[in-house]
Amino acid sequence: MKLPVYLSLLAESETTLADSYLQVAGVHGDEPDVHFLCLTMAAQCQAHRRMLDGVVARYGEAPAGHEPERLHADGMRESRTGPLGLLRDLQDLYLLASFTDVTWMMVKQAAQALRDADLLEVVDACEHEIAVHVRWLQTRMKQAAPQVLIAAR
Amino acid sequence: MDQLLADGIDEADVDRWVRSACVLCSNGCGCDIAVKDGRMVGVRGVADDPINHGRLGPKGLHASWQGMEHRDRLTTPLVRRDGELVPASWDEAMTVVVERSRALLDEIGPLSHGFYTSGQLFLEEYYALAIIGKAGIGTPHMDGNTRLCTATAAFSLKETFAADGQPGCYEDLDECDALFLYGHNMAATQTVTWSRVLDRLDGPEPPVLVVVDPRETPVARRAAVHLAVNPGTNLALMLALVREVLENGWTDDAFVDAHTVGLEELRGQAAPWTPEHAAEVCGVAPADIREAARIFGTSQRVVSTVLQGFYQSAQATAASCQVNNLHLLRGMIGRPGAGLLQMNGQPTAQNNRDCGADGDLPGFRNWQNPAHVEELAQLWGVDSLVIPHWAPPTHAMQLFRYVEQGSIRFLWISATNPAVSLPELARIREIIAEPEAFVVVQDLYLTETAELADVVLPAAGWGEKTGTFTNTTRTVHLSEQTVDPPGEARSDLEIFLDYARRMDFRRNDGAPLLDWSGPEDAYRAWQECSRGRPCDYTGISYEDLRREGAITWPRRPGETSVQRLYADADFATRAEYCEDYGHDLLTGADVGKEAFAALAANGRAILKSAPYAGPHEPPDDEYRLRFTTGRSVYHFHTRTKTARAPGLDAAAPSVWVEMAATDVAEHGFSDGDIIEVRSRRGRIVAPLRVTGIRPGAVFAPFHYGYWDAPEGAEQRHPTAANELTVTEWDAVSKQPVFKTAAVRVARTEDAR
Repeated sequence: MKLPVYLSLLAESETTLADSYLQVAGVHGDEPDVHFLCLTMAAQCQAHRRMLDGVVARYGEAPAGHEPERLHADGMRESRTGPLGLLRDLQDLYLLASFTDVTWMMVKQAAQALRDADLLEVVDACEHEIAVHVRWLQTRMKQAAPQVLIAAR
Repeated sequence: MDQLLADGIDEADVDRWVRSACVLCSNGCGCDIAVKDGRMVGVRGVADDPINHGRLGPKGLHASWQGMEHRDRLTTPLVRRDGELVPASWDEAMTVVVERSRALLDEIGPLSHGFYTSGQLFLEEYYALAIIGKAGIGTPHMDGNTRLCTATAAFSLKETFAADGQPGCYEDLDECDALFLYGHNMAATQTVTWSRVLDRLDGPEPPVLVVVDPRETPVARRAAVHLAVNPGTNLALMLALVREVLENGWTDDAFVDAHTVGLEELRGQAAPWTPEHAAEVCGVAPADIREAARIFGTSQRVVSTVLQGFYQSAQATAASCQVNNLHLLRGMIGRPGAGLLQMNGQPTAQNNRDCGADGDLPGFRNWQNPAHVEELAQLWGVDSLVIPHWAPPTHAMQLFRYVEQGSIRFLWISATNPAVSLPELARIREIIAEPEAFVVVQDLYLTETAELADVVLPAAGWGEKTGTFTNTTRTVHLSEQTVDPPGEARSDLEIFLDYARRMDFRRNDGAPLLDWSGPEDAYRAWQECSRGRPCDYTGISYEDLRREGAITWPRRPGETSVQRLYADADFATRAEYCEDYGHDLLTGADVGKEAFAALAANGRAILKSAPYAGPHEPPDDEYRLRFTTGRSVYHFHTRTKTARAPGLDAAAPSVWVEMAATDVAEHGFSDGDIIEVRSRRGRIVAPLRVTGIRPGAVFAPFHYGYWDAPEGAEQRHPTAANELTVTEWDAVSKQPVFKTAAVRVARTEDAR
């Protein structure tokens, strides 16, 4: 069964996303909405990670040398500055959040096929929050893009 | 009937009385202005006005006319030359404005322009400005200081009912058996309405009063239950009240089933919030939460009013929506005595929301609905592509951020004073003074903001111009021109129309975009814009207002006013009609059309909620106390008018700071000591008052800027509460968070 591979992938991507939110929050303190919401969303990702730990333990760690290395989404190592930098950072977060979002979707499908009510409960608690992250990032980028691309220095 | 005339003037001396309404809070009390020899010499309440029944408050009695008649009034335009503001003719000043405007439109385009307006202009002026911004220039960067006072009122209504519009009315106060004031010190903010409540409290069968406020305000002293919550924790309290109502079966199940969606999500969000849990977070007794919930849950006719204690605090929209939820759960909406009042702060805030010179489109139209945008394009004779609708209009704090970053380089500020009223003033002063930003300020006086401008335009104000405005309960008054403005001052409408003419804004057919000759033309155009929308003014003409006095919207031709919205429980949640598809209340993420349609609310209200997150700057070891701001009964906004009324100035001449006796003892202070309050952003220096505020909290009124202080007071003896406040806003309404900064205090010498 390859579900452990995806559970590891999901747990890892929640951690990566949390770290990336913290990274962006740290650099973009002058954009208080971005700063504070990234902190809030990082805390949500960390909570998701903790909820997944029990599931990962139950299904067992993914075998070493398996797909996760190649599937793994890189986190953001450093953030950019300025209006264009903010837009690009939000876009990177969007890619990471979308990756996490769609991974939840696939884990949910497997959980349904396995009739794993406990895992479905974890999915229910987390999946919606990540979907909101994706929508928030879209909302914020849509607001920022014209000013950045047309008028910013 | 309340009346005040200038010293030495008797009623018999008054040449004539001119009908108006008061603009010194959101109440909009009907009044008559006394005129003698071409000057305003006093004011009296209108006995048969449904809003105030002849009463006026101290601000209205004194400052409404004395605040206009002061020798400091601006009487000529000023233009900055070689660093100094010097007098100029209108033609010179407007030429400077138009040249810079044209140059930036050519070089960068519409996104270089921003407009920051007010909650104090008239309807006609907002509508003119909205058309200039949205159809003339085509910039999304327009907002009002209404963002500071009323944005959360509007958003909480839009989230729950999918459109703005105050559900209740003041008559509900006369019939309720319980009254909840959420973060609303009504005795300071709406004195006339508080008198109406006192009539009830001291009369037969008084309503039970419940107050949520960290301070022991005059309204809190009359309360059966006073919940003195820690600043920033409102949502925790509200979720506990919702939970209690659900757990105890106090819901009107038939109403909830037929007229709401979202009950199970709400139940889930509220589930963890036992009274004990909320009590721990909020710093109040669990029994008091239970008692407040019992009162809400078992009374027959509850009125709720909500104001800045919720709107300017953490998770503002989410907390305010819980008030809506409580009313919906109990089916208490749209019937006498069961009134929901999401209050406004300023007299004409509602008109800014109606007309869309703030973060809205005119007529409660939905920026995400192409048909609504096309309606505006048709009305204005422009292509719908000209009207920015790729995102909501830019909110005030973001607008100033764009100025700070240099992407907005033309900023026109009308009738407001951000150099005192926005958070983190040191930053705001720098932004406005930034040499690359061209700043136009249009005001009655040389405010702290005007002193930093490149061009200052002298405006006519109340009594000197004609126009309409709408109070917090949708009641419209006509305010007639009574006297001539001083010197060369012009009405805000004239100034905007002059700018539009000089910029040569045109419709697609070649006609001028704004061809109005005066306020009534503007009003008629607005009536057309409002047609068929929730705020329908088509049955309220100038003629009607002159004849009837106060008229409530909506009113269509030949129909009567709707006193209470949603009496039929038919809410504005149909996708093609609604003003907003709503937001996630934790993050502000757009719900979007598809997800909104999938809710299938279709006339049902939406029970919305969010998880509690708490204030973003909680107290810590370095800054141990929670700072909150508020109002004095004697002053309005930044005292531009009220401190020029001698009686009000004498009653509250200077700033003070409030702390609880236990905190004062712990710090070794005494009442009257001069203390310094410091946050991460700045400091203020003020005498200490020991009051009934909750321990751990520090309060200062926000009115006290520097126009009447010695040069350099910002540095040597800062008094403006917003030196301390944090640059942050609610995720949904984008209303700045004025009420949850972490501070520390120390005794200091008086530096004055």
